[in-house]
Amino acid sequence: MGLFERLKAGLQKTRQALVEQINLVITSVRKIDESLFEELEEVLIQGDVGVETAAELVDHLRDLARRRRLETADQLREAIKAKVMEILGDPVPMAENPSGPTVILVVGVNGVGKTTTIGKLAHHYRSQGRRVLLAAADTFRAAAIDQLRIWAERAGADFIAHQEGADPAAVAFDAVQAARGSRRADVVLIDTAGRLHNKAHLMEELRKIRRVVERELPGAPHETLLVLDATTGQNAVQQARLFKEVAGVTGIALTKLDGTAKGGVVIAVRKAEGIPVKWIGVGEGLEDLQPFDPRQFVAALFEG
Amino acid sequence: MAMFEGLSEKLQEVMRRLRGKGKLTEEDVAEAMREVRRALLAADVNFKVARDFVNRVSARAVGAEVMESLTPAQQVVKIVHEELTALMGGEAARLAAAPQPPTVVMLVGLQGAGKTTHAAKLAVLLKKQGRRPLLVAADIYRPAAIRQLQVLGEQAGVPVFSLGQEDPVRIATEAVAHARSQGLDYVLVDTAGRLHVDQELMAELQRIRDAVGPHEVLLVVDAMTGQDAVNVAEQFHQQLGITGVILTKLDGDTRGGAALSVRAVTGQPIKFVGVGEKLDALEPFHPDRMASRILGMGDVLSLIEKAQAALDAQKALELQQKVQRAEFNLEDFREQLREMRKLGPIDQWLALLPGFDQIKKQLPENLQVGEKELRRMEAIINSMTVEERRHPEIIDTRRKHRIARGSGTTIADVNRLLKQFEETRKLMKQFAGMEKQLKKRMGKLGRLPGLPFLGPRR
Ligand SMILES: Nc1nc2c(ncn2[C@@H]2O[C@H](COP(=O)(O)OP(=O)(O)OP(=O)(O)O)[C@@H](O)[C@H]2O)c(=O)[nH]1
Ligand SMILES: [Mg+2]
Repeated sequence: MGLFERLKAGLQKTRQALVEQINLVITSVRKIDESLFEELEEVLIQGDVGVETAAELVDHLRDLARRRRLETADQLREAIKAKVMEILGDPVPMAENPSGPTVILVVGVNGVGKTTTIGKLAHHYRSQGRRVLLAAADTFRAAAIDQLRIWAERAGADFIAHQEGADPAAVAFDAVQAARGSRRADVVLIDTAGRLHNKAHLMEELRKIRRVVERELPGAPHETLLVLDATTGQNAVQQARLFKEVAGVTGIALTKLDGTAKGGVVIAVRKAEGIPVKWIGVGEGLEDLQPFDPRQFVAALFEG
Repeated sequence: MAMFEGLSEKLQEVMRRLRGKGKLTEEDVAEAMREVRRALLAADVNFKVARDFVNRVSARAVGAEVMESLTPAQQVVKIVHEELTALMGGEAARLAAAPQPPTVVMLVGLQGAGKTTHAAKLAVLLKKQGRRPLLVAADIYRPAAIRQLQVLGEQAGVPVFSLGQEDPVRIATEAVAHARSQGLDYVLVDTAGRLHVDQELMAELQRIRDAVGPHEVLLVVDAMTGQDAVNVAEQFHQQLGITGVILTKLDGDTRGGAALSVRAVTGQPIKFVGVGEKLDALEPFHPDRMASRILGMGDVLSLIEKAQAALDAQKALELQQKVQRAEFNLEDFREQLREMRKLGPIDQWLALLPGFDQIKKQLPENLQVGEKELRRMEAIINSMTVEERRHPEIIDTRRKHRIARGSGTTIADVNRLLKQFEETRKLMKQFAGMEKQLKKRMGKLGRLPGLPFLGPRR
């Protein structure tokens, strides 16, 4: 299966739920009238795009339809596609460190899929033949270290951990140092404890992890991934804002797209914070991670 | 700027505008309802649930007794609140108790909702009530899930039943038999997270249910869930017949509209809310308070209750009078710091304030002050002379050096403390003003004690 097919398959639920509904609305044989726009707005809102963003999109569409004298549903579809594409922007690849280990910090609120995504990412880099080191900097949650160790084994990655309750920044530091020295890793993935973005002391802890990593290896972390659960509603916008502020988020991994949730909030996140989606999670297995390609995403989104 | 802060502000503005009007036209009401709808959607209430809700309120609001009353706007606000509370299920509900112990409770839900943690929290709560719970590790899929429950069980001092990666149906069945033979009266089954559309895994839950006949099937839902909450709740309810809901991660800043959606589609009550990662961070659910939160009106009742429970009301009153007379000094500040330590994390209860969205903008960046920080601040004040505490303005550089040395801190720390003291004094004045307004608005609900605010840490 080619990449595009895999992406499409992974997005099947998304497509079915959000896109096909949009298509249903748009392609049903009726002329463009106010109720059509209203239905479109409803579909967007139900896809967690958010009431504000949905209204803006539909206003834009309405305006466009008038100015360009759009008449057919197909034209409308092309127009909304173009608009969402424009918001999502061009694909942004994962950063690489040309002169040493690439350090990737993974952050997010509780239970979104950080550890699992790290397992999948480790597998991704391993299958490129690169040496991967996982750092268990979630020293807080019960058995979080064991969980990551199991993923390291599954993916064939190296693994560094301290005791439960240890300083997470120290774990991150050790990992980066080891990657450059004794363990010789190409990619370091740092797992962090889930934390709610409104808990200032926990966010401070994250800031510290980042700072320590940066000090040990200038330029690191090269990538800071925020993991967002596709089931999450508008709160994801706050999450993005605060995690970006504290940890300098450079990309998003959108997980659990294999359910019925549509993850439309990433459109609002991209608009508000400019953070690109880089990965999507479509299951609980090693292989269930796919690169996010905005072009294909939108194509798959609007082409039933 | 987060979009729903803006919306909630807007909504409050609409409500204020409504209140400001003498007579209401139908168009006034319609406009207000449009805004209410937007606020609900922005709070992640499901689209359909929001629509039905607004229709219901509108129908009542344009009724004769409202439009012709002396205070129509107040009536509308009241209706919104009432309907919201009703939708969320009136009274707080309790956990079932089997006539013949053990009571069997199954926790089910999506991946990452918080089932394992909440199984342990329930165990802690039950234990506190003198019960003898048993935790059951039936999540055989997620790596280290069993281990996680075992660690939590140990922390809680509650036994954990596990058969490793055995069939979960067998695990649950044997756990119940084990509880019976050991005289344990609650069996809490932690199941693996699964998608509501995963037929195989949903069938597994049905088999567990059929095997042990649970008295409660609790759906664990993340309070941050968006529109999909409806699909999830509907499916779990249809396939398992849930008896209640635990809403988790409510200590975040989500408005929690999922609560409404879940309740509306299942008709089952929300029984508990999770408000933190610690094992005692589980609270009974109060529908009326949640209604206020969703509409951004602030959870006034909770705040008052919390503050009253933790603070010495008399002391608070004295402090406030001092502030108003501008006599608030470092001795009072120290008193406040001590009171504060009893309250717990500041951001948690501050978020409960009505209109907090507005105040927050005026507050210093970093409000979070930990226990350690509080102790250090107290140590600095302790190193001052009585004279210095009462007249902070006399503290010059020489005195600062001495104080820093005495308290084992630095000059910078002392300066920061003095700044925090100033900020607090300023903010308390504002706060006192707000309280007056609030009282006017809410009638005699009780008083809010003067609360300390602390400045930035650096
Ligand atoms: N269906 C599905 N489940 C996922 C996906 N990603 C993660 N999960 C599941 O979500 C649950 C939580 O995943 P974790 O990786 O433990 O999440 P986390 O963010 O590390 O959690 P904490 O460290 O506790 O904050 C697990 O049951 C995972 O199997 C996904 O893309 N699809
Ligand atoms: Mg984790």
